[in-house]
Amino acid sequence: MFRDAALVAGKDLRLEYRSRVTLNQVAPFAVLVLVLFAFALDPDRGVLERATAGLFWVAVLFSGLLTLQRAFAVESADGNRDALRLSGLDPAGIFLGKVAAVIAQLLALEVLLGAGVVLLYGATPQRWPLLLTTCLLATIGVAAAGSLYGVLAAGMRVADTLLPLLLLPVLAPVLIAATRATEAALGGDTGDGWAWAQLLAVFGAVYLVFGVLAFGPLLEES
Amino acid sequence: MTVSTQPSSAPTAGGSPPGSVSTPAPAHTGSRVTRALGALCLVGLAAVAVLGLVGTKADATQGDAARLIYVHVPVAIVMNIGFMVTALGSAMWLWKKSRWWDTVAAASAEVGVVFTGLCLATGMVWGRPVWGVYWTWDARLTSTALLFLLYLGYLAVRRLPADTDTRNRRSAFVALLAAVDVPIVYYSVSWWRSLHQPATLSLDTKIQGLMLFTLMLGMATFCLFYVWLLVHRFRVGWLEDEVERTQLSVALAERRAEAAVPAGEAPAVSGDAPAGTGEARVGS
Repeated sequence: MFRDAALVAGKDLRLEYRSRVTLNQVAPFAVLVLVLFAFALDPDRGVLERATAGLFWVAVLFSGLLTLQRAFAVESADGNRDALRLSGLDPAGIFLGKVAAVIAQLLALEVLLGAGVVLLYGATPQRWPLLLTTCLLATIGVAAAGSLYGVLAAGMRVADTLLPLLLLPVLAPVLIAATRATEAALGGDTGDGWAWAQLLAVFGAVYLVFGVLAFGPLLEES
Repeated sequence: MTVSTQPSSAPTAGGSPPGSVSTPAPAHTGSRVTRALGALCLVGLAAVAVLGLVGTKADATQGDAARLIYVHVPVAIVMNIGFMVTALGSAMWLWKKSRWWDTVAAASAEVGVVFTGLCLATGMVWGRPVWGVYWTWDARLTSTALLFLLYLGYLAVRRLPADTDTRNRRSAFVALLAAVDVPIVYYSVSWWRSLHQPATLSLDTKIQGLMLFTLMLGMATFCLFYVWLLVHRFRVGWLEDEVERTQLSVALAERRAEAAVPAGEAPAVSGDAPAGTGEARVGS
């Protein structure tokens, strides 16, 4: 299973390395979202500083949606889905591979967005362990739930409009928990950041397990 | 009810898959039992209205606004039952692969979404005079709103054109994924809000006497109402499936009948026939 996962993840990352869609399109979009937030919320009134954690995660969710759409659009084109099923790879391995590739791309985006937030919004991270753990756990949650819905919507003509509608309400707990934990890590809100990180861990674990069990039947449908 | 006339016009259409009704479709979705159930619901609703609006006294602090509790709480309960039945139906479909369970899940989700909308609406109507605002980011309100959005997504998936098996599998997974999310949503939202303020919405435990009876009557009536709606929606859903199943065979049979009658025009008609069936397949 893990060997298959490594194969699929390697394939996806090689695809990204050659096409550079995330780098050339999604990353600039993510930065653009940060800039748009500054336009919408007047930077002089201190709203940006107070809302930094939330804005950061909303930007991550939006660019994550694009990454997920891309990750599953490549599987639905040219009968790739059938090819995947014929390949003899373990469906759970395919799922974990897709998740791993999405995690890698999202983490890279988060580094970029984090730099943007520090430079543009003047955020100063204070509790690094909490911040890094939160980023990792939230990214796992987004990638796991997103890959489940991604494969479900892939290949449909309405995939682009359906995926946000299905995925974003499901990710609401991730947004809440990640924002609170990040606020704690940035020193704004002194709430219990680690408790929120635990919630993120539970979310990620639930959807990872669900995906390992359900990805086979989901892939069969076409 | 509009769908029911189509299969009855062509009862000879073949293709009887396991579990399908072979008799001509009925002209309506009612039966003696559901009519009795419907009558009972009407009586119950009238009783709740009379007791709730006239029989009971206005609340000491909330005034007449408190009367909404006789509708709002039953609606919220039906909403929960509806989504639980959807999750059950979806899980059962994955296990048994029976069309019956899928139709139950679909019907229940639709009723559940309607009642979620009603729950939010009655809550807002109540919130304006009592809290002074239509909406507040209370834990229960927020999670109900998310529930509404989650199941709107489910209904959107159900509406997508796909062959039956694909659609059923897809919807079953979406329903289960949503069901898995509900506790996490509820937990995270209540935790999130409890950091800022105590739970705003808590049922008065002092309710008693006629008020309690009216509330109980409301709950019972709305549960019956749910069953009534579910049965009818189930039958309509079943008939919709029947129509979808028979449409292609009916179209084929009609085409063959056309071709059989005028012997002289046989070449032209036979040239048309494959194109016609192709269209029917794409459309269905």
